[in-house]
Amino acid sequence: MNTPQDLRYTEDHEWLRKDGQVGVTDFAQDQLGDVVFVELPEVGRQLKKGEAFGVVESVKSVSDLFAPVAGKVAKVNQELVDHPELINQDPYGSGWLIALEGVDADDAAGLLDAAAYLSQQEGGH
Amino acid sequence: MRFSPHTAEDRAAMLKVIGAERVDDLFADIPRSVRLNRPLNLPAGLPEMEVRRLLTSLAQRNADGDQMVSFLGGGAYDRYIPSVIGEMLRRSEFYTSYTPYQAEISQGTLQVIFEFQSLIAILTGMDLAQASLYDGATAVAEGAMLAYGHTGRRRVVVARSVDPQYRAVLRTYAEGHDLEVVEAPLRDGRADPDEVRRLAENAACVIVQHPNFLGLLEEPEALCEAAHAAGALYIAVQDPISLAVLRPPGEYGADVAVGEGQPLGIPVSFGGPYLGYMGVKQDYLRRIPGRIVGETTDHDGRKGYVLTFQTREQHIRRERATSNICTNQGLMALAATIYVSLMGPRGMRQAAALSIEGAHQLADALEGSGFRRAFAGPFGSELALRSPVDANALGATLRRSGILGPLDLARLYPELEGHILLSVTERRTPEEIDRLVKALREVAA
Amino acid sequence: MNTIFDEHEAGRGTSYLPEREIDLARYLPRSALRAELALPELAEIQVVRHFTGLSRRNHGVDSGFYPLGSCTMKYNPKINEDTARLPGFASAHPYQSEETVQGALQLMWELQQDLQEITGMDAVSLQPAAGAQGEFTGILMIRAYHRLRGDEGRTQVIIPDSAHGTNPATAAMAGFEVVHVPSDERGGVDLDALHAVVSEKTAALMLTNPNTLGLFDERIQEIAQVVHGAGGLLYYDGANLNAVLGRSRPGDMGFDVVHLNLHKTFSTPHGGGGPGSGPVGVKAALKDFLPMPTVTQRADGSYGLDYEIPHSIGQMRSFYGNFGMLVRAYTYIRSLGGEGLLGVADDAVLNANYLLARLRGSFYEPYDRTPKHEFVIAPPRDLKKETGVRTLDIAKRLLDFSVHPPTVYFPLIVDEAMMLEPTETETRETLDAFADILLGILKEAQEDPEVVKTAPHDTVVGRLDEAKAVRAPRLRETLGA
Repeated sequence: MNTPQDLRYTEDHEWLRKDGQVGVTDFAQDQLGDVVFVELPEVGRQLKKGEAFGVVESVKSVSDLFAPVAGKVAKVNQELVDHPELINQDPYGSGWLIALEGVDADDAAGLLDAAAYLSQQEGGH
Repeated sequence: MRFSPHTAEDRAAMLKVIGAERVDDLFADIPRSVRLNRPLNLPAGLPEMEVRRLLTSLAQRNADGDQMVSFLGGGAYDRYIPSVIGEMLRRSEFYTSYTPYQAEISQGTLQVIFEFQSLIAILTGMDLAQASLYDGATAVAEGAMLAYGHTGRRRVVVARSVDPQYRAVLRTYAEGHDLEVVEAPLRDGRADPDEVRRLAENAACVIVQHPNFLGLLEEPEALCEAAHAAGALYIAVQDPISLAVLRPPGEYGADVAVGEGQPLGIPVSFGGPYLGYMGVKQDYLRRIPGRIVGETTDHDGRKGYVLTFQTREQHIRRERATSNICTNQGLMALAATIYVSLMGPRGMRQAAALSIEGAHQLADALEGSGFRRAFAGPFGSELALRSPVDANALGATLRRSGILGPLDLARLYPELEGHILLSVTERRTPEEIDRLVKALREVAA
Repeated sequence: MNTIFDEHEAGRGTSYLPEREIDLARYLPRSALRAELALPELAEIQVVRHFTGLSRRNHGVDSGFYPLGSCTMKYNPKINEDTARLPGFASAHPYQSEETVQGALQLMWELQQDLQEITGMDAVSLQPAAGAQGEFTGILMIRAYHRLRGDEGRTQVIIPDSAHGTNPATAAMAGFEVVHVPSDERGGVDLDALHAVVSEKTAALMLTNPNTLGLFDERIQEIAQVVHGAGGLLYYDGANLNAVLGRSRPGDMGFDVVHLNLHKTFSTPHGGGGPGSGPVGVKAALKDFLPMPTVTQRADGSYGLDYEIPHSIGQMRSFYGNFGMLVRAYTYIRSLGGEGLLGVADDAVLNANYLLARLRGSFYEPYDRTPKHEFVIAPPRDLKKETGVRTLDIAKRLLDFSVHPPTVYFPLIVDEAMMLEPTETETRETLDAFADILLGILKEAQEDPEVVKTAPHDTVVGRLDEAKAVRAPRLRETLGA
């Protein structure tokens, strides 16, 4: 399972990049199976840490998406509307979900690093 | 026990494999205090021959539309059912199967539903349809829930000319979400577009039946526009037979089309089982309640059908599902699919046209009889009349002439004291209509 | 296989009605009329072959074993099909006057009485169209009950984590907040957890007993005490009533409201997914909230429809219920009598335990208890890791042997669950043959996992691409498309 070193992670299997981009992890996309639908927030919405901002659906599951940190939605990945399978194909790249702005650096630093995320996976799942 | 295959030897051998002495042991964990320590107080079981006799004698205590001439309608219609339907409905691969969870061995049911969805979409003129709902009344209620989910508005406007039972069920369903149900009053038996425009302010939807319960044609174009002007969805309720000749909801801009599919080859059967249908515009796909079947392929590229968009449903989304409905009315949807396949466009139109013609001939023949048309507007195959005599007494008199009907409108619309509703279907011959006219004229004289 | 649209040929058709020419413009405004009606046109023989062909692409109880847990796929007696089609039933109009439908009303009244006796409740409504609607009816009644008492703060419905998805969906539809309660290590409701979640906000607990694991919750009376003690009511999901017919009644267990599934317990056919029928029974305290109308016996012995229900929640659907299903269930109950119904439960539980005994040791058994009419097992815990074979694969491989797979991945609390309900109408030989097939597949999974993972091989289609069905939806056909 791919877990890039330069990202921060949450226990809900989401990642945050330094530039504010948010997505789901390789582990999460594998657990979900074929993603068929993604519901994303409006640009400009202010999110609290842990707030549900969208939904990702596979054929037989629905999962809420939670903001890893507080921030304002600056961009959403419109490509996913027609190509939700990008989440499966490239979870850390073209399968990104939203980009946040105004993210507090300390908030981001408080998330799991790759090693911690990996050990959590082994322990919990 | 009648349907058990086990012999005493079977049971003994099975208990031995289980490692139990008696069947009672298998129930040992049910606390004594909640056991029923006496036989159920029910009549003793009967062999098939006697069960048949019992049921036949009960059935014979009913009058029915096969031995009588029925002019009863009001949401359930005595229409002609081609023989093929009964024959096909008894194919046990259809009726002894369940919801098609295992697509590979349920292609029959799945394809039937796909074809049903297609036919409903065509009849209603909507983009797509789902696999069916319990009946017309619950389809109306589910339509309102869809509109509430989409708009977030809690007010539902329904024309008083909509089937009273549909309105009653709508109120029951609305209770759960604390929705406010507002009725657009009757004006000469119909909904008034100006009134609807006023009421639709801040409403989730406007629900209109056309032709309405009193048999009259509404003005769906104007009503739909009134709803949309207020940002409300328009929910069209139509008899599917009437859809063969009247402009379909999709053409005049309805958002949701619902109705009762019973007229499509399903017997009146004392009120059920019937068949609710729902067609919607593409935009509402993810808000639709119940099952949807879609076409796809297997790994070898063979075409096949699956239940799809299941994440809307209760077994996945649980408390956030679009509805709690699980099963649809599968076998009834099969009946309707076969019916439309057999009748084709000409048969469907002819069923509608014969009914409308019969109702108009009846209206003409009653001119000057004392039974007068209650409302002025154009009507379809049902006729609301003011009766010069008590509706109950009238029913009893007609029964002696072998006629079932009329429907006493006062029991459904208190303000329509002394009004009756007569329904004509393609099954009613000119001779039968004459017989009714004669009987009514005699009563009035 | 072709669709009816593929079979279309303009001009084809069979006449079922008089063919005289009718000009509708004589009667209706032209603006109201439809111009085009693009429906397929087929000859009768095409229609018959088409639907016969489709029926052969289906597996029903009459085709073979159908151990679909929680659905009670028992044999559907053919006499039921005959009686429901008697003209006096099938052709009776729901608006006929009461004196012309005394036979139908008597049948309904007797069925209400029978279901009261079977469930231990005080009153029954036959109106709900299906189990899910029965649930909705029951929960709306509970809501109305609390509200009438001015107890409006009861906003929560408690539901075990093993529950069927309709339970939470229903509670939400009735405006309640859903509170989940976990199961304990014996598969029952965790009493400590229950104590922790009940409060003055509790409107009801929804429970299936035996539960979805097929296990009878022995502490049902304590559970009832906890819920009643907090002022809540107890709702019985009748999905598993087949297991306890004549042995134990929900009314005696402490339940206040029950719904039944006539298509499960009382042999009415499942119809490819409906029509069902979901009567609701209540204790006396809730009688005044029943939906309208119920059937009553009048002083002169005649039967009538009763609309005088003081606090009725209203009407759940048009008319009085899925009457055709009621006729079938009544026929079944009269065929069996009380003793026969007890025999149903006995053989249903015997068959489940026999099948489990045949599979014991080879499959993982999450609870070491005597199940009732159904049981939950899973493949051996290391199978997936070693071979990649999952429950879904085993289910799909079963299709190659012309049996319907069990319910899979439910209940949610058992990983890789398979839920088997053989029902009472199956022979010992059928159970043996099925056990042999299942054990054979397990062996095959170890020896040749690819065969299992790519199953089914002998069905009309293979595993279908469900993701494609959503990503590129094709939900209807159009003529000439």
